[in-house]
Amino acid sequence: MAEQVIPTKKMPPGLQVENVDDRIMTLNVGPQHPGSGHMRIIVKIDGDYIVDADPDPGYVHRGEEKMAESRNYITNIPHLERPVIHDSCNILYPYVLGVEDLVGIEVPERAKYVRVIAAELNRCIYIQYWLAIYGIFLGHSTMFMWPAGDRELLIDLMEKITGARVTHAYFIPGGVRNDVPANFEDVCLRQVNYFEKRIKEYADIFYDNPILKARTEDTGVLSREDAIRLGTTGSVLRASGVDYDLRIKEPYDVYDELDVHTNVLKSGDSYARSKIPWLDMLESCNIIRQALEKMPKSGSIRTKLKPNPKGREDEVYRRVESGRGSAGCHIISRGKPEPYRLKLSVSSFRNLIALPYLLKGEKLGNMPAVYWSLNYWPVEADR
Amino acid sequence: MSKSEKKVTSKDEDKKKSDEKAIGDAIIAAANARREELAKEALATRSNKTLPKVVKEKPKEEKPKESKPKEEKPKESKPKEEKPKAAPPSKTDTEEESLPEFEKSFVDKISSQFTGDVEVGYIKENRTRVNVKKEKILEVAQFIKDNLPFDHAESVTGVDFPEDKEIGVVYHLGSYTDPTYSKQVLALATRVPREENPNPGNDSTKLPSLRDMFYSVEFHEREVFEMLGVYFESHPDNRRLLLPEDWADLPPLRKDFRNKGR
Repeated sequence: MAEQVIPTKKMPPGLQVENVDDRIMTLNVGPQHPGSGHMRIIVKIDGDYIVDADPDPGYVHRGEEKMAESRNYITNIPHLERPVIHDSCNILYPYVLGVEDLVGIEVPERAKYVRVIAAELNRCIYIQYWLAIYGIFLGHSTMFMWPAGDRELLIDLMEKITGARVTHAYFIPGGVRNDVPANFEDVCLRQVNYFEKRIKEYADIFYDNPILKARTEDTGVLSREDAIRLGTTGSVLRASGVDYDLRIKEPYDVYDELDVHTNVLKSGDSYARSKIPWLDMLESCNIIRQALEKMPKSGSIRTKLKPNPKGREDEVYRRVESGRGSAGCHIISRGKPEPYRLKLSVSSFRNLIALPYLLKGEKLGNMPAVYWSLNYWPVEADR
Repeated sequence: MSKSEKKVTSKDEDKKKSDEKAIGDAIIAAANARREELAKEALATRSNKTLPKVVKEKPKEEKPKESKPKEEKPKESKPKEEKPKAAPPSKTDTEEESLPEFEKSFVDKISSQFTGDVEVGYIKENRTRVNVKKEKILEVAQFIKDNLPFDHAESVTGVDFPEDKEIGVVYHLGSYTDPTYSKQVLALATRVPREENPNPGNDSTKLPSLRDMFYSVEFHEREVFEMLGVYFESHPDNRRLLLPEDWADLPPLRKDFRNKGR
C-alpha cells in the first residue's frame, strides 16, 4: 500500500536511495573530523565492528586538470604543485619530464643531480610530516613533536636552495629555477648526516614500542595478490611484499647512475605500511650522499626555453616515485602553448580504493591506524 | 614494631632498588640487542639477500634488452620529430625497422588477434597505445588480461573531442608481477559518441566497465563518469566521487564548460 501512496520517483544516476537498518549504524567520519583529513568516510558499524566503509573525497577538489587546460606550460607549474605542497618537487616531477619530452629539450647533467637531491629532500620532508600525523593519531604525542622538529632542518635546507619553505616551484622544463648556493654540498651533507642520526632514534621510541606494535600489527592486512589486484602503489604495495619502485624499475634523470635500494616488507599490515616510509627516509639519505659526491661541481643548471614554448602534437605519460607512490602525468598536446588535456594519476587516489577493503571487519578504534597507514593525502586525491 | 618494620622496609627498598637496577639493565640490554637486530635487518634489506636478489638479477637480465633500445634511441628520436609533419598512417612501411622490438611484439599479439577492430596508436620505448572500437573493448581487455602480464590499471583519462563529436577514454595498464614488463605502460584507448546536450546515464555516451578485468579501475571510472559524463554500464557503483552529489551543470571537463572569467 505504502508504495502506491508515495510516488516512486526515478532517481538520477548520481543519487541513490538507501535502506535503513535497525542493527547497523551509519557514522560520518569527517570532513571536519581531524582524524579523517579533508575527506569523509561513511562508516557502517555493527556494534564495534565496521561492516562497510565508503570513502567520500572531493571536499578540496580544485579542478587542477581543468585549470591546466587554459594556462601555458610554464604558468602551470606553480598550481600543479599545490595538491601536495609538502612534496611539491615530486608531484611536479612527472609533469616537468613530460613537458621536456613534448618540447624536446635536454637537461644539463648538473641540473639532473640537483633535481634528484631536491626530490629526495622533499620526500623526507613529506614523510616527516606524515609521520607526525600518524604519531599523534595513534596517541603518541612525542612522535608528533620529533618529526615536526627534525623536519625544520630539511625545510631550512630547501629554503636555501629554492627560496621558499614549502611551495618551491623549483623544477622547470629544462632544469631547475636557480642554482644551489655556495658551499651547499658541505651544509647539505652535514644536515643530512645529522638528520639520519635523528631518524634512527625513532626506532627506539616508535617502531619498537610495544604499544604501537599492539595497535598496528595484524590490523588492516592487505595480501600480496590483493595489493596487485587493487592497483595500489608505493608504500602500500611494498609493505605487501611487491618489489616495485619506479626509481629502480623505470629510472628517470640520474637514478640509474646511483645505487638505489628499495625496502620491501611482507606482512602487509598497518605496521609494515608505516615502517616502509621510515626506511625510505634512511634510503633517501644514502641517495643524497651519493648524488652529492657524483654531482658536477660546476656547470649549467638550466637549458633556456623559448618564451611560451609549444609542445609537439603528441601525447606522453610519465611517472615517478613520489613520497607516497607512483605519480603519473598524462599530457595530450595539440601543438599549442597550453596542454589539450592534462591528467594527474596520483598515488593517493589510487590507494584510496584499498580503504573500504581494509576497513571491513576491523574495529572502529583501529580506523585511524589503518587510514593513516595508507599514506593518504586528501588534497592530492581530490586534485 | 615500627623499628623492625622500618628495617624490613629499608631492606626491601634496597632489594627493590637492586631489582630495579637489574630490570633497567635488562631493558637496556634488550633494547641494545633489538637495535642490533634492526641494524642487521636494515643491512639484510639493503644488501637484499632475500627479495633484493631479484633486484640484482634484473639488471643483468635487462641489460641486453636495455641495450637494444639504447642503440635505437638515436634512430627513433629523429622519426619522432618528423612524425607530426608526415602523415601518421604511412608509418607502417617506412618506420617499422626503428620501432622497439619488445614493445612491438606484444602489440602485434593484440592487433593480430583482433584485425580490423584494433588499430595501433603508437609504439614508443616503454609506451604503447592501441585504439579499440568501443564494441570490442571488453573482449580486448579480457584478451590482454589473459595473455599478457598487465595486471592493473594506473589511470583512466577521459578526453573531450568536440570537433569529432566523440569522447576518448584511455586506460593506462601496467604490470607488477612480470619484471620484464615493469617499464611498460599500455594505453588502451576507445571512443564513445558525444551528445550536445548531455544527460549522463541516459544518453548514448556509454561504455562497458572494465572493473571485472581490472579491479583497480573502479574509482577512476567514477571520476570519468562525473567529469565527462561517460556512463559505465555494469559498474556496481555509479555515483559521483569528487563533485557534489547534486551537481546539475555540464560535466566539467568537457570543453564547452567554461571556467568563470575566462
